[in-house]
Amino acid sequence: MPADTRDRNARVPRNEDARLLTGRARFVDDVRLPDMLHVAFLRSDYAHARLRGVDASAARRRPGVAAVYTAADLGDYSKPAPLLVPPPPIPGLVFHACTHLPLATDKVRHVGEPIAMVVAESRYVAEDALADIVVEAEPLEAVGDLEAALAPGAPRVHDHLESNAAAHVVQRKGDYASARTRADLVIARRLLYDRGAAAAIENRAIVAQWDAPAEELTVWDTTQAPIPIRNGLARMLGLLESQVRVVAPFVGGGFGPKIMMFYPEELLLPWAAMRLGRPLKWTEDRQENFHATTQERGQVHDAEMALTRDGRILGVRDRFLFDTGAYDPYGLTIPINTQCTLLGPYDIQHYDSEFTAVFTNRTLVSPVRGAGRQHGVFVSERLLDIAARELGLDRVEIRKRNLLGPDRFPHDHRILFQDSAPLVYDSGDYLPALEQAADMIGYDAFRRDEQPRARAAGRHVGVGIACYVEGTGIGPYEGARVTVEPGGTVRVATGVGTQGQGHYTVFAQIVAGVLDVEVTAVQVVTGDTREFQWGTGTFASRGAVVAGSACHAAALAVRDKALAVASRLLDMPADRLELAAGRVRVRGSSDAGVALGELAAEANPLRGAVRPGTEPGLEATAYFGPDRGSTASGVHAMIVEVDPETAMVDITRYVVVHDCGRMINPTIVEGQIHGGVAHGIGNAFFEQLVYDDQGQLLNASFMDYLLPTATDVPPIETAHRETPSPFNPVGLKGVGEAGCIPTGALFAQAVEDALHGFGVEITEIPLSPSRLFDLLQRGSRP
Amino acid sequence: MAQNDDPAGTVSRRDFIKTVGATSVAAGVLAPAAPVTAQGPAALGPGPVPVNLTINGRARTLQIEPRVTLLDAVRDHANLTGNKRVCDRGTCGACTMIVDGRTVYSCSTLAIDVQGSRIRTVDGLANGDDLHPVQEAFCAADGMMCGFCTPGFVMATVALLEKYPKPTIAQARRELDGNVCRCGTFNRVFEAALSAGGVNRG
Repeated sequence: MPADTRDRNARVPRNEDARLLTGRARFVDDVRLPDMLHVAFLRSDYAHARLRGVDASAARRRPGVAAVYTAADLGDYSKPAPLLVPPPPIPGLVFHACTHLPLATDKVRHVGEPIAMVVAESRYVAEDALADIVVEAEPLEAVGDLEAALAPGAPRVHDHLESNAAAHVVQRKGDYASARTRADLVIARRLLYDRGAAAAIENRAIVAQWDAPAEELTVWDTTQAPIPIRNGLARMLGLLESQVRVVAPFVGGGFGPKIMMFYPEELLLPWAAMRLGRPLKWTEDRQENFHATTQERGQVHDAEMALTRDGRILGVRDRFLFDTGAYDPYGLTIPINTQCTLLGPYDIQHYDSEFTAVFTNRTLVSPVRGAGRQHGVFVSERLLDIAARELGLDRVEIRKRNLLGPDRFPHDHRILFQDSAPLVYDSGDYLPALEQAADMIGYDAFRRDEQPRARAAGRHVGVGIACYVEGTGIGPYEGARVTVEPGGTVRVATGVGTQGQGHYTVFAQIVAGVLDVEVTAVQVVTGDTREFQWGTGTFASRGAVVAGSACHAAALAVRDKALAVASRLLDMPADRLELAAGRVRVRGSSDAGVALGELAAEANPLRGAVRPGTEPGLEATAYFGPDRGSTASGVHAMIVEVDPETAMVDITRYVVVHDCGRMINPTIVEGQIHGGVAHGIGNAFFEQLVYDDQGQLLNASFMDYLLPTATDVPPIETAHRETPSPFNPVGLKGVGEAGCIPTGALFAQAVEDALHGFGVEITEIPLSPSRLFDLLQRGSRP
Repeated sequence: MAQNDDPAGTVSRRDFIKTVGATSVAAGVLAPAAPVTAQGPAALGPGPVPVNLTINGRARTLQIEPRVTLLDAVRDHANLTGNKRVCDRGTCGACTMIVDGRTVYSCSTLAIDVQGSRIRTVDGLANGDDLHPVQEAFCAADGMMCGFCTPGFVMATVALLEKYPKPTIAQARRELDGNVCRCGTFNRVFEAALSAGGVNRG
């Protein structure tokens, strides 16, 4: 392998690929243990019903059934799940924590809520036994529509609350009301962004094994947060943390819902495995995934933007409703992300934002890739587009006039972000990114030449360009341990889980860069609490930023140790030594030096004491906890052609200019962006979770819920800009969610531009061919 | 499913009797048009019956219920876990296996229906540490992220290249259109498929 692959910013092939391609990579559903039993859940068919009784006696008699549990069988273990993310300390904030039970007791509050758990010799038998269980339920009127949910007299999801309001939050900066009086133009619109599914290809799965003689519980879990799962299970099951091992091995895509905890199944399988003394396994099927894995979106915004006649934003006011589903264990991360991300890369001095989170009889809501940021971007970008039209300004020009300049960093927005820290942008350079994206897509030439030519030929083509920022890489912290083994292999262990982001490679690259070894010589372990037991998880585009920075710090400490050992061995001051190609040698010389593995052996002798102030081996553990996140940014542009007869949209070009600070591996960064864009295109035009007014999901299969496929995702042209973050030593910003954040706003803008003359104004996402057809038929511009 | 219109992929009554002849089941269940035997149309199962499968060149007899899918038979009973279960409805392609040269959704195929057929799964593709050329191409093109859909894409690509050794983009798109990837690796999967076939992109 050429030496330059040891550098950061290199397109190194991924370390994990061979295992994935051969089928050897172990996912949770691949875990099989001797004597293992299989679990299936009886779930509510009703969105809202009072439970009168559950009779499992026939199921218990079925041959092959080992146990059936209902809420009544759980005893003290039947407690509401913990609140995962308490809300930030925003003055005046109201929040009602209503978390779910492992199994429903008096009421079911969404379709798919578990009522009973069957354990049997095979999944086939377990599912047979579900049909034996008799549930007596009294259906109640379901809470669906967000506004109707808040109307007086509406049925209540949680009987003990006065209304379906789960939370109410106001954040303000400046004085919007007075700014509005100075405005030449106020654009006010109602903007909708409906529910979507994360739809990771791997369904959730759990295997739990209680080793009674050893008094150890091992849980394999498709979670994005193995360490918090371990900690919580130990607490709830009355075990020491050291008695519980949680392994999140290869995980087949996370996209957010796998950070939710604790899912009922996560609470129940370990508990039952301890009682039955046999390993248990449950793998969600896809239909369960549609009902029982958390979802996102579902917001209604009434927003207005006040501007001067030259297109400068004076202020924004936004009132929105946020559908949190039947319970709210994940707190307010999503609507606060929306609230903060609406400000985008723009200089908005006066901001008045208020939201109400609403309980509904639908599946729980927790962050999904983008985590509410796309909603905020949709609001601000749409209002800017409409303002540009009203003012006769170009859409790129109105954005240029409002971007924060490079001299404005760090930029304090004077409101709180989801991590409870002030929303402060660390660094950025927005104008060149906008200009580069406009240049790459050929914005001016398209508008000047191509579009009029196409229109004259009866074709409907349009261009869109949208800006966004993304708060990434928040705390609290992650850690890493770097160990040089005597054989020369470098092992890295970190607590953060991994779901396809290429962590096995990027963490290896960071460490390889510090120690000057081959990337393939660095073996990374993630997501196994036995290997590393401190950390939080993969969320908020933070893996590379926070865990990567911890890897960097641990590698630096190992480098110092290697130099110190070599200094003693070679009788040479450490400052005259250097690491090169896996060895320590005299600086600037071409000596062979001593291999790192030999130094590791030297530092761990069978005789002789570890000297005071030193530790054995070449190993170091380090932690990184940023005070606040780093802010990534970007500009997307697209050209579309719309057929007004069929309302089909063909994306002919897609351009991304992206800034995630220093890049570790551009190939992996581009992959993350491609994936985000594909997800965003799905959300914009193909994917919508369609609920009826009784809370029934009408399209709970991949036959009816359309994920974009190979034929829907265009080639994506990508350019990178690097504005290093000053908030971490490597200068990193996150990238995992970026691709999907501006896509809905961009799609709406480009389609609207293509349909110039049809009187169509797009104020909702997702669209679909049929919805767009409706808009075309009636015209929608106010 | 594809194997149903492929004569080589159907289980003839004769094959069926040969494989399960020792047990007291009636053939009529699998071949409804065949004359009902003297014992009458007794149901096959519900208990396990021997099912003979040839998986990755190795013949094995599995004791499984007749309702067990090919995917479950291979994953849970033959212990080859490379191909993944995702939708169980033939809509995503992660379970794609090659049966007698044609791709099938193994989640929607009964194991008992493919006795006597050549079943190939992702587990049998590499030769020890030597990757199959399609696997090499996926590595080179970074054609995966989380890797859960990847076994299905790899098998579909192998079938594509056996059908069209030098595929066009249109052929690749058509043959791989039955596979879904949420990580959004499509561009690079095509790159891998086309480069494995010795054709440059475009």
